Amino acid sequence: MFWSVTVSLLEGFGKTLELFLLTLLFALPLGLVFSFGSMSRFRPLKWLVRALIWVIRGTPLMLQLIVIYYGPGLIGSQVAALGSQNPFLQWLGTWSVMDRFVAALIAFVINYACYFSEIYRGGIESISKGQYEAGQVLGMTKTQVFFRVVLLQVVKRIVPPMSNEIITLVKDTSLARIIAVYEVIWAGQAFIKSDGLLWPLFYTGAFYLVFVGLLSLLFGRIEKKLDYFRG
Amino acid sequence: MAILEVEQIHKSFGKTEVLKGIDFSMEEGQVVSVIGSSGSGKTTLLRCITGLETADRGKITVGGRVTFDAARKGKLSMAEKRQNQLCTGLVFQSFNLFPQYTALRNVTLAKEFLVKEACKKEQCDRAEIKARLTAIDEEAKALLLSVGLSDKLNSYPCELSGGQQQRVAIARALMLSPQVLCFDEPTSALDPEITNEVLAVIRKLANEGRTMLIVTHEMGFAREVSNEIIFMHDGVIAERGAPDVVFDQPKNARLREFLSAMLHA
Repeated sequence: MFWSVTVSLLEGFGKTLELFLLTLLFALPLGLVFSFGSMSRFRPLKWLVRALIWVIRGTPLMLQLIVIYYGPGLIGSQVAALGSQNPFLQWLGTWSVMDRFVAALIAFVINYACYFSEIYRGGIESISKGQYEAGQVLGMTKTQVFFRVVLLQVVKRIVPPMSNEIITLVKDTSLARIIAVYEVIWAGQAFIKSDGLLWPLFYTGAFYLVFVGLLSLLFGRIEKKLDYFRG
Repeated sequence: MAILEVEQIHKSFGKTEVLKGIDFSMEEGQVVSVIGSSGSGKTTLLRCITGLETADRGKITVGGRVTFDAARKGKLSMAEKRQNQLCTGLVFQSFNLFPQYTALRNVTLAKEFLVKEACKKEQCDRAEIKARLTAIDEEAKALLLSVGLSDKLNSYPCELSGGQQQRVAIARALMLSPQVLCFDEPTSALDPEITNEVLAVIRKLANEGRTMLIVTHEMGFAREVSNEIIFMHDGVIAERGAPDVVFDQPKNARLREFLSAMLHA
């Protein structure tokens, strides 16, 4: 029994990992875009991005999952009921519920991009003006200064807070359960119904624990790797 | 012809007018030191000349090239801005080395970008690029040798003393062979005993005929190394002249006060 439960949970954890990795893949760069937006000198963009960050950080991720999963279908059915001839409204009327996994991914990417962007912003703003000025008087372009001078210093500074956030993400993937995405918690819960067993659900904790342990080792390594310089 | 010509530079920050019309010029191979109490506008002047600040009014010409003209209409292209930037070099008070690069890489980095871009334009082959990059490395090593750091090529800034860091910063500025090399209080962040190793390097550069504009509080050094002293007070040049004249027969009352305060410090 233990063996078959483990196999089943591993399968569920595979989906958890998939959600985790895809979220990182999209949220890490999107966060950088958001952070540039929130530091933009173009006011409307700056306020738009800051408002988005406020909404996303100010509401529960579980609620965001529900809105993104059920929202489009709700809009679609309501608009379709109007029976309008307007092409835009007709298009809206075709909206329906999307794939659960895709909905979860979208919610996680937006949510985490907002948190990442604030970490990036803190890191970027902590770099002294002298670094930019030194690059400028040496005739470097702004792009060169950012990518070749500033970025690695930012990375070094944000590794600890990013590790924190990424470890939280591992466990937050369990929220996808609320819109019935099949992942490890679901796999564990399934045994309650089918076999009347509660322990498989408790056992899922071990999977998270091992994975977070591995991540912590990885982040420790990265920190060590960037230890060769100060600043 | 003057290598640096500064005409009627005005600069305000908010309501405070920091520079109230600065005019001066210097010849190739000259060393000019700018002295004056803090808040007199010395650093702002240097930052306007090196393009870190944009003056509100006036004109700056370096080696015949107008690098700044408040009356100019239209925007400069990126390439033009860069060309203007490379006319002058600047050594900062706080060094501002790039912490993640070795001393050698700090010196080569900017030149490397320029060479790679030039190569891309000329579409040179790989061997050519490699040859040019090796040449840069050799040049940088020679520069670090000349500032006495040939044994620190592969050290990171955090492994160097303040004096050593500042000497790397000087080599880094020299690498781009600016027509005028500016120093913004290059020894103010250093211990008195380390100050001398940096001053020795600047002295050597003066003897080699480098054109240098130095903002400093080291009066003895300014007197010894400069062809001309500029005394700034309250956003204007209050007095200028040969070092012996400025230090021994100051005409301006403020300069006399300043010098006696420095002497008794």
